[in-house]
Amino acid sequence: MSAPKTSTRVEQKFAALKAEGRAALVTFITAGDPDLETSSAILAGLPAAGADVIELGMPFTDPMADGPSIQRSTIRALNGGPKANKGQTMAKTLGMVAGFRKTDTTTPIILMGYYNPIYHYGVDAFLADAKEAGVDGLIVVDLPPEEDAELCLPALAAGVNFIRLATPTTNDKRLPSVLANTSGFVYYVSVNGITGGAAADAATVSKAVARIKSHTDLPVAVGFGIKTPQAAAAIARVADGAVVGSAIVDRIKEHLDDTGAPKAGLVEDVLGFVRDLSDGVRGARVGDAQ
Amino acid sequence: MSSAVENTSLRTGPDENGRFGIFGGRFVAETLMPNILALEEAYHAAKADPSFEAELVDLAKHYTGRPSPLYYAERLTEHLGGAKVYFKRDELNHTGSHKINNCLGQILLAKRMGATRIIAETGAGQHGVATATVCARFGLPCVVYMGAKDIERQKPNVFRMKLLGAEIVAVESGTGTLKDAMNEALRDWVTNVDDTFYIIGTAAGPHPYPELVRDLQSIIGREVKEQMMEREGRLPDSLVACIGGGSNAIGLFHPFLDDKDVRIVGVEAAGKGIETGEHCASLSGGAPGVLHGNRTYLLQDDDGQILDGHSISAGLDYPGIGPEHSWLKETGRVEYVSVTDKEALDAFQLCTRLEGIIPALEPSHALAHVTRMAPDLPKEHILVMNLCGRGDKDVFAVAEHLGVDI
Repeated sequence: MSAPKTSTRVEQKFAALKAEGRAALVTFITAGDPDLETSSAILAGLPAAGADVIELGMPFTDPMADGPSIQRSTIRALNGGPKANKGQTMAKTLGMVAGFRKTDTTTPIILMGYYNPIYHYGVDAFLADAKEAGVDGLIVVDLPPEEDAELCLPALAAGVNFIRLATPTTNDKRLPSVLANTSGFVYYVSVNGITGGAAADAATVSKAVARIKSHTDLPVAVGFGIKTPQAAAAIARVADGAVVGSAIVDRIKEHLDDTGAPKAGLVEDVLGFVRDLSDGVRGARVGDAQ
Repeated sequence: MSSAVENTSLRTGPDENGRFGIFGGRFVAETLMPNILALEEAYHAAKADPSFEAELVDLAKHYTGRPSPLYYAERLTEHLGGAKVYFKRDELNHTGSHKINNCLGQILLAKRMGATRIIAETGAGQHGVATATVCARFGLPCVVYMGAKDIERQKPNVFRMKLLGAEIVAVESGTGTLKDAMNEALRDWVTNVDDTFYIIGTAAGPHPYPELVRDLQSIIGREVKEQMMEREGRLPDSLVACIGGGSNAIGLFHPFLDDKDVRIVGVEAAGKGIETGEHCASLSGGAPGVLHGNRTYLLQDDDGQILDGHSISAGLDYPGIGPEHSWLKETGRVEYVSVTDKEALDAFQLCTRLEGIIPALEPSHALAHVTRMAPDLPKEHILVMNLCGRGDKDVFAVAEHLGVDI
């Protein structure tokens, strides 16, 4: 395990929650969805609404592992809303994180997305700018362990957590290589498929989490298909974190007018939904799963 | 060309990580990694098994109709007044293009791996038709992802696929073309990873697909070598092929890469012109990036977002290119040029009138470049162009472009 010497916000957060005896609520939004201003307001409100860890999506034109909800969210962000002449860029995404860090120095932010926008930005420049902005970790869907030299190893050297996805197809033979350079936490994708689709039941997830934990001491967060506070609570009983994404970005979509502009109350409603999810996670008993 | 390139074989790639230089690789979601690795293992086992080769050879001969003829295009040669032009007639294959060469090999692998369901993406519909054909022949269910825009402009192929028993899924995301169909096929695969085999149609995607598809298409170049020795007693002086993803081109080129006196030219689709931005010439107008499982030249903007290509030919309408072509461009072994929609349409008509062969719009791009090259070359110069598909599927679209109401 090549974790950086100083502990990151991700590691500190999971350690604190473990002491509290509960799981983390990990929330996903796409940076710039539906526009930069609204997205920044949602981001700023997430910690108070109960998000423990924030995944901020770096929009990409070709999100191959995402379902319709996040695909549409990505398109909204790249278009930038009806008033914008240019949509979300990597520089704006990093700017959102820097803005967030002015008022919040403890909530971990993980940038999540696909490799090409990072590769095009330049790996070294990206890591330097992300670190500077206050990014704590990266999840890059199309970088399996076979491609660790691309970004994972440089990220670890720069003190940025590289969080790997483990899936039901990651068998015991493969798991050690998936975990080898992972740090921060492990993101277990509970079903084979795309985001926003079917969910796995808690019993199946529980077994899978136990299997991963027999190979690592890292916290295991579980995602894909978690859409309600009840579902988040069920996962929070058997894992160290529950990740919710598509259900949150669907809430954003519900509050857009015909032109794609946000209607009054969008930010409050989205954060209200996050609060409900958080109540679910906080109400779940996780002590017996540890 | 560097001395290293001059002294070493160019035919040994990819390396064990699936790389051709910096290009290629395995940039896929973790869910797909075990399948990709299993495919690589199954392919290497099949290559070492004489019964796999024997079955493929038998199907190529009796089902596809190989070897395809090497045809001396006499009237075109006279018209151009220079190089002696030959067509490698892969448009005469069963299903009307080179795509069947690849699909037969991949479905044999799918059977060996125990897959019970086949998926594919298609642009012009040629790969979709070839995939639906082999699925009918081997009795496996087939789902083909096709962009909504392509469904509109390739209606005859859509109906052919349905007749063959395939389910066609219209892809509305993005611009509804080949790139979006590939995204959707990958989403299907990641969801149905346990029982599904993805027959990728071009020499691109994650390792081992670029190698696998190239090997299966290399029958084209191997036959050309043999047929040309028989006809002319020597190798050709130049080779020309069109490139979308680049499978017909790499199939023709690969057996000749170490024959240094053979000039090799790949022709990309310049659409309305490279300068307009509406084109599909990844090598001429793109930059290296990562998409659909491999690093290669891509059409992309300043922020690494993928741009939509444009071409009159649905089969070339893809913002990327096979990784081996990216590498061959960087080594300088292959020249890459581009041809506009208008030039391709002119070549389409020229070939039809002079040779009595209606070419697909894809090889019409290669032909357009031949009409530029040949007049300046001496009469003893032998040029081979891969006529990789027939134009039956394109007659309605061509009529529309020519302003004819049929």
